[in-house]
Amino acid sequence: MKPVVLLKRIIFAAALIPAAALVRDAVRGDLTANPIEYITHTTGDWAIRFLVITLAVTPIRRITGWNPVIRLRRMLGLFSFFYATLHFLTWFVLDWFFDFRQMADDIVMRPFITLGMATYVMLLALAFTSTQNSIRRLGRKWTVLHRLIYVAAVTALLHFWLARKTVVPQFQVVLVAAILLLGFRVWWATRSRTQPRPAAPLKAVKM
Amino acid sequence: MLIRRAPDLRFSDITPRSLYLRRREFLQTAAGAALGAAAAAMAPPFTARVAAQKEGTGHGAKLANVVKSPLSTTGEKVTSWEDITSYNNFYEYGPYKEDPKENAWRLKPRPWTVTIEGYAEKKGVFGFDEFIKPYTLEERVYRMRCVEAWSMVIPWVGIPLKDIIATYKPTSQAKYVEFITALNPAQMPGQTTRMLPWPYVEGLRMDEAMNPLAILAVGLYGETLPNQDGAPIRLVTPWKYGFKGIKSIVKIRFVDYQPKNTWQVMTPNEYGFFANVNPNVDHPRWSQATERRIGTFFRVKTLPFNGYADQVASLYSGMDLKRNF
Repeated sequence: MKPVVLLKRIIFAAALIPAAALVRDAVRGDLTANPIEYITHTTGDWAIRFLVITLAVTPIRRITGWNPVIRLRRMLGLFSFFYATLHFLTWFVLDWFFDFRQMADDIVMRPFITLGMATYVMLLALAFTSTQNSIRRLGRKWTVLHRLIYVAAVTALLHFWLARKTVVPQFQVVLVAAILLLGFRVWWATRSRTQPRPAAPLKAVKM
Repeated sequence: MLIRRAPDLRFSDITPRSLYLRRREFLQTAAGAALGAAAAAMAPPFTARVAAQKEGTGHGAKLANVVKSPLSTTGEKVTSWEDITSYNNFYEYGPYKEDPKENAWRLKPRPWTVTIEGYAEKKGVFGFDEFIKPYTLEERVYRMRCVEAWSMVIPWVGIPLKDIIATYKPTSQAKYVEFITALNPAQMPGQTTRMLPWPYVEGLRMDEAMNPLAILAVGLYGETLPNQDGAPIRLVTPWKYGFKGIKSIVKIRFVDYQPKNTWQVMTPNEYGFFANVNPNVDHPRWSQATERRIGTFFRVKTLPFNGYADQVASLYSGMDLKRNF
């Protein structure tokens, strides 16, 4: 087995642990005094963490030159979408229990909900076009479309920031990570413009 | 050709072959010894911590001579002890709901003093027991509505604030009462961060403070107040959002200005001075029309003044409650 395939399997299993832990806590009746809030926060935390982890793949590839790492990117992005879906469903079903009027009100009136919703719609578009087929069909447009991840990262951070009464430590961690990872891309872009390209171009990797 | 000898490696530096052959074992022993020493060093503080945790954040001493108050809210299911003591907003112990129960064991609620200052005839520093001695303790079951749209029903034990105020005889210049929480970063680890400006400050207009519903609570479920709920003494104003209920009070000041309460200083467009529960005035980031009672699933409608309008609405007649939120 190639190292990256092994790594992918390990990460896949590990990425399910937070969801499994939630199920365990639910079975034990260990979801705090306010289970809906706890589930909302936990799934939201993991959605944004996986979003940031997804943003780390390309910088890792550039820095280490280990190209196969790119094969982890789609899976990590889909885990962000997976936790975002749980987060959204918690709001939709558990929090408002299909009260469409109140939800519509929330989306229009409350900026943090508006931003959360916008983020989820973007992640939805990215997830649906993440198949091999879409990549082939959309071609160059696919690359442009998937730059939406940068917009989604910014709206997700704003959503997290506005949802809390103060700046909580968990927000600081994802904020710093996101700034470093987005900053790396800016630095890399300016660097490759001013410096001659490396003699051997990065080899394309089969997904 | 000059062949240099390595100048810095002497024969005595070479690891003996016998030790070299047993290097793994040697490392294991060394690591084991280090771990053992670390565990031994940590064990006593750990057991002490567990004991302190039990004492400060678990069940406390039964309070004697508590009378039931006719002002209690009736006909509602009281929230469990477990939920009231494990789900707290008390940023002095951290920003997450579970932090207070985890960290509040550090607080030493005795000895404790309460300082009375400002426009009053009687002032000074009073030991906690001396401070509460003149009064009969009352059980008051009240709804508690958090600004975050959740609520509880809590069986407090406390003293009417108006009786305490009467003891200190505020002068006519006293228009407001200002309350201040303890500032002690060693016992309140959240205070080592800059999440909020410390110490926590709250305030009431004099007529609000004199309302019979306002109490200073010293107990919960007939026992002394656990640290995470604001030991040893805290404010309870059931018609206002929970953040008005300042905890672990060390100072009460009779003043002629409207106190700058902490959350208002922090985010003035979201939190006001009055903070009366009002389903018609939304918080900018969430609706206040409904709330979730802790321990239940469906949201219920929030009532004006948290259902205490009959007792308190007259305090605000003629006031624009949308502006004075």
